[in-house]
Amino acid sequence: MHKVVIPIGPQHPALKEPESFSVTLSGERIMAFSARLGYNHRGIEKACEERTYLQDIYLTERICGICSHTHSTAFVQAVEEIAGLVIPERASYIRTIIGELERIHSHLLWLGVAGHEVGFDTLLMYTWRDREVVMDVLAQVTGNRVNYGCNTIGGVRRDIDPSQIKDILKAIDILETRTKYYIDIATKETTLIERLSGVGKLSKIDAVTLGAVGPTGRASAVDRDVRRDDPYAAYDKLKFKVVIDDHCDVYGRALVRVGELMESYKILRQALKDMPEGPLTVKAPRKIPAGEATSRYEAPRGECFHYVKSNGTDKPERVKVRAPTLANVQTVAKMLEDGQLADLPIVIAAIDPCFSCTDRITLIKRTGSRSTKKMSWEDLHTYSVDWYRKKGLDFTDLNKKLKKWI
Amino acid sequence: MIRPGKMIKQVLGSLFKKPATTEYPFHKKTLDVPARFRGKLIFYPEKCIGCNQCVRDCPSNAIKIRKVADKVFEADIDLGRCIYCAQCVDSCPKKALEATCEFELASIDRDKLKVTFRAKSQDAPNK
Amino acid sequence: MKALFNIFIFPGFLFLFVFGLSAQFFDRRIYARLQNRQGPPWFQPLADFIKLVSKEEIIPEEANPNMFKAMPVIALTAVVTSILYIPMWSPKALSYFNGDLVVVLYLLTIPTLTFFLGGWYSTSLYSKIGAVRALTQLFAYEVPLLMSILAPALLANTWSLTGMATFYSAHPGYWLFNILGFAIAIVTLLGKLEKVPFDIPEAETEIVAGMFTEYSGRFMALFKLSIDMETIVAASLLSAVYLPFWIGSGPAIGFTVYLLKVLFIIALLSLSRTVFARLRIDQMVSFCWKFLAPLAFAQILFNLAVKGFIIK
Repeated sequence: MHKVVIPIGPQHPALKEPESFSVTLSGERIMAFSARLGYNHRGIEKACEERTYLQDIYLTERICGICSHTHSTAFVQAVEEIAGLVIPERASYIRTIIGELERIHSHLLWLGVAGHEVGFDTLLMYTWRDREVVMDVLAQVTGNRVNYGCNTIGGVRRDIDPSQIKDILKAIDILETRTKYYIDIATKETTLIERLSGVGKLSKIDAVTLGAVGPTGRASAVDRDVRRDDPYAAYDKLKFKVVIDDHCDVYGRALVRVGELMESYKILRQALKDMPEGPLTVKAPRKIPAGEATSRYEAPRGECFHYVKSNGTDKPERVKVRAPTLANVQTVAKMLEDGQLADLPIVIAAIDPCFSCTDRITLIKRTGSRSTKKMSWEDLHTYSVDWYRKKGLDFTDLNKKLKKWI
Repeated sequence: MIRPGKMIKQVLGSLFKKPATTEYPFHKKTLDVPARFRGKLIFYPEKCIGCNQCVRDCPSNAIKIRKVADKVFEADIDLGRCIYCAQCVDSCPKKALEATCEFELASIDRDKLKVTFRAKSQDAPNK
Repeated sequence: MKALFNIFIFPGFLFLFVFGLSAQFFDRRIYARLQNRQGPPWFQPLADFIKLVSKEEIIPEEANPNMFKAMPVIALTAVVTSILYIPMWSPKALSYFNGDLVVVLYLLTIPTLTFFLGGWYSTSLYSKIGAVRALTQLFAYEVPLLMSILAPALLANTWSLTGMATFYSAHPGYWLFNILGFAIAIVTLLGKLEKVPFDIPEAETEIVAGMFTEYSGRFMALFKLSIDMETIVAASLLSAVYLPFWIGSGPAIGFTVYLLKVLFIIALLSLSRTVFARLRIDQMVSFCWKFLAPLAFAQILFNLAVKGFIIK
């Protein structure tokens, strides 16, 4: 049969964020699949080097909307490790509570998006209506529905008082009944099971070789969870189960995420009960001494990894962010082998892609060329200016106008 | 038991419940903004001592403090650049800045978003 | 003169236009309320139509402009013509002859063919995939639909819709034999009107807009209008074939009963839109051939048995 190459993205109704995939089809069967990343690159790592550590907390928070607490906590943990600060216990409990509330919010959002990708808009409307409960609780506790801004170097900025604890517990009770209903739907609704089972298969060996993290890996029986293997914040004092499933397909990933929702409710109840009294921050210096540190955090999508290098001033020297979606995007090509076009949106949605987190630095290997070149910041700037000049576009007037504005 | 149309009971029940939509902006009272919401900032000129800590800590250079007289300062806040993180509120040692619950700040003219908080006129007995 | 009135005003184009847009409002409002949200106001479908008509049409360079422009008009014509043979509030339709059942079913297949041709001649990748899917779906649902409409016709011993309506009004209670056929016809109607779980040709998240990707402006308005009118015509056909009670009791009561029947069928379609997810094309084809076609065949056999034993 005749082969056709169709582009999915950068703009496509299936993708919530721009990314370019090109799919080779023969009828409805997918023959080949390739991804090209980099459409969301905003130069955040470079921008982090121009701002102080306190300003960088807000900058890293805005890398992504649904994993905002992830990035800011991972960054702050790395900086605290370089400076040798130990945060008070109440602060670590508050960070855990906000992190778990964010996980609930992200998984409910994913349920809705998965329903929309298979054409089940009712599930979208119902889960997003219940998501409002979590967002109202978060707005009450931290002051904003997304981008919580509750971290600071040395602890947290705001306290949770007893009336807010009561509100959080009420919200968790409502959400637990609703989540049980969604588990019922996901396991018993015929059309949903037909669309999600047997789709996007990824065996355990492939998951380990390609480096799948988070619920994508746990649905293929890869038993890794940063909260248990390398505990941070208050997770070493809390008892919880890591949800593993061995379906190895999209249905398994849905079950893992819904199971994690139920575990989050348990963790929240424990943390709210056991939270000790105490101060909220320790005093942090403005200039962090020279050193480097890495920190890991279990984002709702998987393992998020931050590296910070400082040089004794009040601005970091290098910040590197590796988001979980970068590890999971490699597995999509394997999952779509012998797949159908109709399965493509749900398979991409099942890794829970967050391309805003992913595009930090893009390396495009030119096939056939053997030499590598190291380019400094000024080299990159002149290279880009020449590249556009060769195409006939000259931005010097525009740059002069911009300089006047700023 | 796996059967199609499992959601039908709940879906039919929704026909008789009130819809979950808030008719904003016609019924604004149903939106209850929490007390700690980080909205528009206000500045108390009489408390400011001009340490410029807020200017140093702002992630987006949205606030500028100007000296108009001895120990009297005014603030220019650009609401378009502000990211409403309220770090300046925490950094200020004299609590001269406060975050309100006002969030309806959209405007079609960028210049209208620059607000200045003027100091009250000091009765400087110079005459 | 009366013929012109029938074709353009009532029950032709204008009646179908008004009723089609109101049915779309009814469908969207029920869909929204089932999902616990408010729906659009009553004038929304009319506003959408006016907005589409006032926008510019963009025809792709490589498309065939004549076919591109002709397809929406052909779809609309076929749908409006078929209402003339369907009995609505009296057992006699506006025009009838022995065999008009087949003509109506044929006219209702033409819109799907125009979707295919319109998508194919758009020469865009997404349109071609959508067009091929529309034709595949036609092969799946057409046979169960035809068989399930044939079963009541067999019982009434006539090939004309008017004949069937007269037969069933003369023998009240016989329509209960066709309940299974009614269920099958509702499911295949979802496939004909391309609603979830069978809205595969126009799957928004997979192929942008399927065969309508390149259509904009007036042509898109005509396509959407023909889909709305096709809903009304197909619902009227189903109500005439399967729900033929109180059909002969005077113009006022008959018209109200007709409206209620059509709205009931549209409510059933909206309900199924809400509780199901979209199927894949291979799952749909296997479902229709392995499950629906044998059931429709069973309904035909049952009706033949009833005719043989009960109606001597």
